[in-house]
Amino acid sequence: MIQALFRVEKYFDAPIKKVEVIKEYRSQVEVDQIFKTHKPHISVRNLNVYLSKNHILKNVNLDIPDKALTCIIGPSGCGKTTLLKTFNRLLQNSVDVRIEGDVLVDGENIHGKDVEVESIRKKMGLLSQRPCPLPMSIFDNIAYGPRIHGIRRMKTLKIMVEKYLMEVGLWEEVKDRLKTPATSLSIGQQQRLCLARGLAIKPEIILGDEATSALDPISSKKIEELFVKLKEQYSIVLVTHTLRQAKRIADYVVFMYLGEIIEAGPASEIFSNPKKKLTREYLEGFFS
Amino acid sequence: MDKIRYNKYRQMREFALRNSMLFLTLISLSFAVIIGISLYYKSVPILDQHSMWNLLTGESWKPLKGQFGFFPFIMGTLWVTGIAIIISLPLCLLSAIYLSEYAHPYIKRIVYPMIDVLAGIPPVVYGVWGILVVVPFISATLAPHFVEFSTGYSVLAGGIVLGIMIIPLMISIFIEIFDALPGGLREASLSLGATNWQTIKKVVLRKSFPGLAAGVVLAISRAFGETIAVLMVCGNVSEVPKSVFDPAYPLPALIANNYGEMMSIPLYDAALMLSALLLFVIILAFNAISRVVLIRIEKNFAL
Amino acid sequence: MRHIRIKRIEEKIFKTLMMAATLVIVVSLFMIIVTVVKRGLPAMSWDMVSKIPGGGFYIGKEGGLLNAIVGSLYIVIGSITLGLSFSLPIVLYINLYLPEKSKLAQFTRLSFDVLFGIPSIVYGAFGFTIMVYLGLRSSLLAGILTVTMLIIPILIRSIDEVMRRVPKELKDAALSLGATRSEIIKVILRQVAPGIITAVLLSVGRGIGDAASVLFTAGYTDSIPTSLSQPVATLPLAIFFQLSSPIAEVQDRAYAAALILTGIVLILSITARFYSRKFSKNKI
Repeated sequence: MIQALFRVEKYFDAPIKKVEVIKEYRSQVEVDQIFKTHKPHISVRNLNVYLSKNHILKNVNLDIPDKALTCIIGPSGCGKTTLLKTFNRLLQNSVDVRIEGDVLVDGENIHGKDVEVESIRKKMGLLSQRPCPLPMSIFDNIAYGPRIHGIRRMKTLKIMVEKYLMEVGLWEEVKDRLKTPATSLSIGQQQRLCLARGLAIKPEIILGDEATSALDPISSKKIEELFVKLKEQYSIVLVTHTLRQAKRIADYVVFMYLGEIIEAGPASEIFSNPKKKLTREYLEGFFS
Repeated sequence: MDKIRYNKYRQMREFALRNSMLFLTLISLSFAVIIGISLYYKSVPILDQHSMWNLLTGESWKPLKGQFGFFPFIMGTLWVTGIAIIISLPLCLLSAIYLSEYAHPYIKRIVYPMIDVLAGIPPVVYGVWGILVVVPFISATLAPHFVEFSTGYSVLAGGIVLGIMIIPLMISIFIEIFDALPGGLREASLSLGATNWQTIKKVVLRKSFPGLAAGVVLAISRAFGETIAVLMVCGNVSEVPKSVFDPAYPLPALIANNYGEMMSIPLYDAALMLSALLLFVIILAFNAISRVVLIRIEKNFAL
Repeated sequence: MRHIRIKRIEEKIFKTLMMAATLVIVVSLFMIIVTVVKRGLPAMSWDMVSKIPGGGFYIGKEGGLLNAIVGSLYIVIGSITLGLSFSLPIVLYINLYLPEKSKLAQFTRLSFDVLFGIPSIVYGAFGFTIMVYLGLRSSLLAGILTVTMLIIPILIRSIDEVMRRVPKELKDAALSLGATRSEIIKVILRQVAPGIITAVLLSVGRGIGDAASVLFTAGYTDSIPTSLSQPVATLPLAIFFQLSSPIAEVQDRAYAAALILTGIVLILSITARFYSRKFSKNKI
C-alpha cells in the first residue's frame, strides 16, 4: 500500500526529464598540449540542451583539464551559465528541460541511472553571480555543507570552519563574530564566504558563474587571487564576461557563441593565435 | 474668446473634482476612528458601573441580574479559534510547501481555483454543512470514544468549521511567501549537495518564517471575527468549556444572538457594544501587527 | 551513506503527508458542495424561486424564496452603487493626483487595508448603533448602508491594485497632450474597466453571502419591500432563520436557499477569476 502511494506520488511531481544517452562518440576536440600535463576532468560529448523548446546548447564537445583554471568566454546569452548548470545537474530543476548527450566526470556519466544527484553536486562547488549567503550565521553557513553530509561533531565542524575561512582569507575579519548573521557582511566578504562554503564540502571542481561581476574591483581582485591559488588543488571552471579577467588568470580557454563551442585550447594559444575567424573578432572586440 | 472661457471651465471643473475627491478620501480615513469611537460611546454605561477587570474575568453572565461576566465568551472564542488553528495550520503549511516546491504545474492549475472557490463560499453555507455533517459526526462517531455524551454542538465542531474556513487565506499567503523567495537561495543549497527536503527544511522555512508567522496572525484575526458559521455549530451555552466536546459561546455569537433582547434589558446593549468594541480592538491590533511584519518583509525582498 | 538513506525516508514521509494535506483540502471542498447540492436540489422547484413564503416564513409551508432572492438583489444593487460612487473617486484620487510616495496615499491605503480586515459583525453592530441614533428601524436602507460600509474596503483594495498597474507612460502621455488630470480619468477608466468588474464581482460575492452585517440592520420579513424603510429578507438570513424550523418544508426552503446562494457565489467567483486572468501576476 505504501509502495503504491509512493508510486502515485511520482505522477504528481514536476517531471525530472529523462536523459537520453547517445552511445557513439565523435570527438571534435583535438588533444591539446595541455592535456599532456593535465588529464581531462570533465568530458562533454554531444551535449544538447533544450529549454522550453529552445535549443540552448548545440552539440557541445569539450574537455575540461584537471587542476587548471578554465575560462569560458563569449558574449552574453550564449549558454555559458546553462553549460555550468548542466555540470552540477542544477539545470534539471527548471521546468521543461531536455538534456541529451553525455557529461562525464572522471569517466563516469553524471546522468547515469544509479548516480545520486547529491554526490555529483558534492564534487562540485558552485559560486553564483550574486552572493547567496544562507539565512543563518557565518559559522552555520560554512558548516551547512558538512552537516548535511553527515558530519555532526562540533569539534570537527569548528576546525573545518576555521580552516576554510582561513583559506579564503576571511578568518581574521570574522573570527570574533562567527555567530552573527551572514547577511551582515559586505558583498565582497559574502562572496568569499560562499566560496569557503563551497570548499567545505571538499569538492574536486569549482564552478564559477561570473563570480566577480557583482563585486567592486578590490574584492574582485581578491577572489581572482583565490582562484589562482586554488587551482593547484581543484579544477576550476569560470564563466566570465570580461576578456581581461580571462587573460589575467586562465590556463585554458573555451570560447562559446550562441550555444556552440567555437574554439577551445590553452590560453596562450587562443589569445595570441586564434584559429577561427569568430574567435578573432570577439577577441578584438567587434562584438561583446 | 470661446476657447478662453472653455479653458477656464476646464480648470474649474478640475478644481471641483480634485477637491471633492480629496474631501471624500479624508472623510473615509476617519472611518475606522468613527467606528471605534461610537462603539466606545455606547459601551460607556456598562464601563461606568463595572470595572474592566471584573467584566473580563467574571464568570457568570446573567444580564437580568446585572451580572456581565465576559470570561466564558472570551474563553469560548479562544478555544474555538485555538482548535481551528491547530487543525488548519499543519494542513496549510504542508499543502503550501507541496504546491510551491514539488507539484506539477498541472496540479497547481487544478488546486488553485479550488482554493479560490473555497474562499468564496459564504459563511452561512459552511454553517449548514457544519450542522449537517460535522455535528452528527462528532456526536455519533467521535465523542463516544472520549466522553459520555455530547450533542455534537461543541468547540470541536466550531473549530473544524472555522479551521476549514481560514484555510484559503492562510494557504494563499503561505504560497505567496514561498514563491517570493529568491531562487538563488535554493540553488545555493542544492549546489552544496542538499536534497530538496533538506533545502526546504533548513533554508526555505527558515527564511520565510516571519512571513509565515504574519500569515498565521492574519488568519487568527479573521477567525476571531467569524460569526455565523461558528454560531450555528458551537452550542451557545454561556459556560466556560471544559473539553472540546463541550459547547461554547464565542464573542461574535454573543452579539449576534442577543441583539433582539438588547434594548429591553438595562445595560445589555452597552454590554454587547462592549463586546463588539473588544473584538474590534483585538482584531485591529492583530491585523496591524501582521501587516507591519509583511511590509517589512516585502522591503527586505526588494533588495 | 546511511544518513542519506534516512534523509530520503524522511523526505518520502513528509511528501506523503503533504500530498495528504492537499487532498484533505480538496476533499473538504467537495464535501461541502456535495452536501449543499444533496439537500438543496430536491427542494428546488419553480415555485421556490417565484413565490414568497406563505403563512409566515417560520412555519408556513407554502411558497418559496422570492422574498429573499429579491431582497438580496436589492441590497446588492444598492450597496454596489453606493460603494462604487465612494470608492472610485477615492482610488482615482490616490493614483492620479497624489505623487507616488505621498504620505497621504500610503496612509489611506493602510487604513483601508485595516478596514478590510474588520469582521462583518462589527460593521453590523456599528450600523445598528447608527440606526438607533437616527431613530431608524430595521429597513432596506439600513441594510444597504451597512453592506456598503462592508464592501468599500474590498472595492478600494481591488481597484487600487489594478490601477497601480496602469503604466506611468499612459498617464504621462495623456497629460503631455495638455489634458487636465480629470480628463484623463476617462482614459484610465477604460483601461481598468475589467479590473473594476472583477472587483465588483468579488464584492458582490462577499456582500450577498454575509449574514452578520444584515442581521441587525435589515431585519427579516416575508414580503418584498416596496420602500426603503421596510425590512427586507436576505438569502443568508433565509437560511439561518429557516434552518432550525421544525417544519420540514421550511427546512427545505433553507436548503434551497443555500443551494441558490452557493450557486450564485460559484458563478461569481468563476467569472471573476476568468476576468482577473487578464491582470493577475501569478500565471497559474
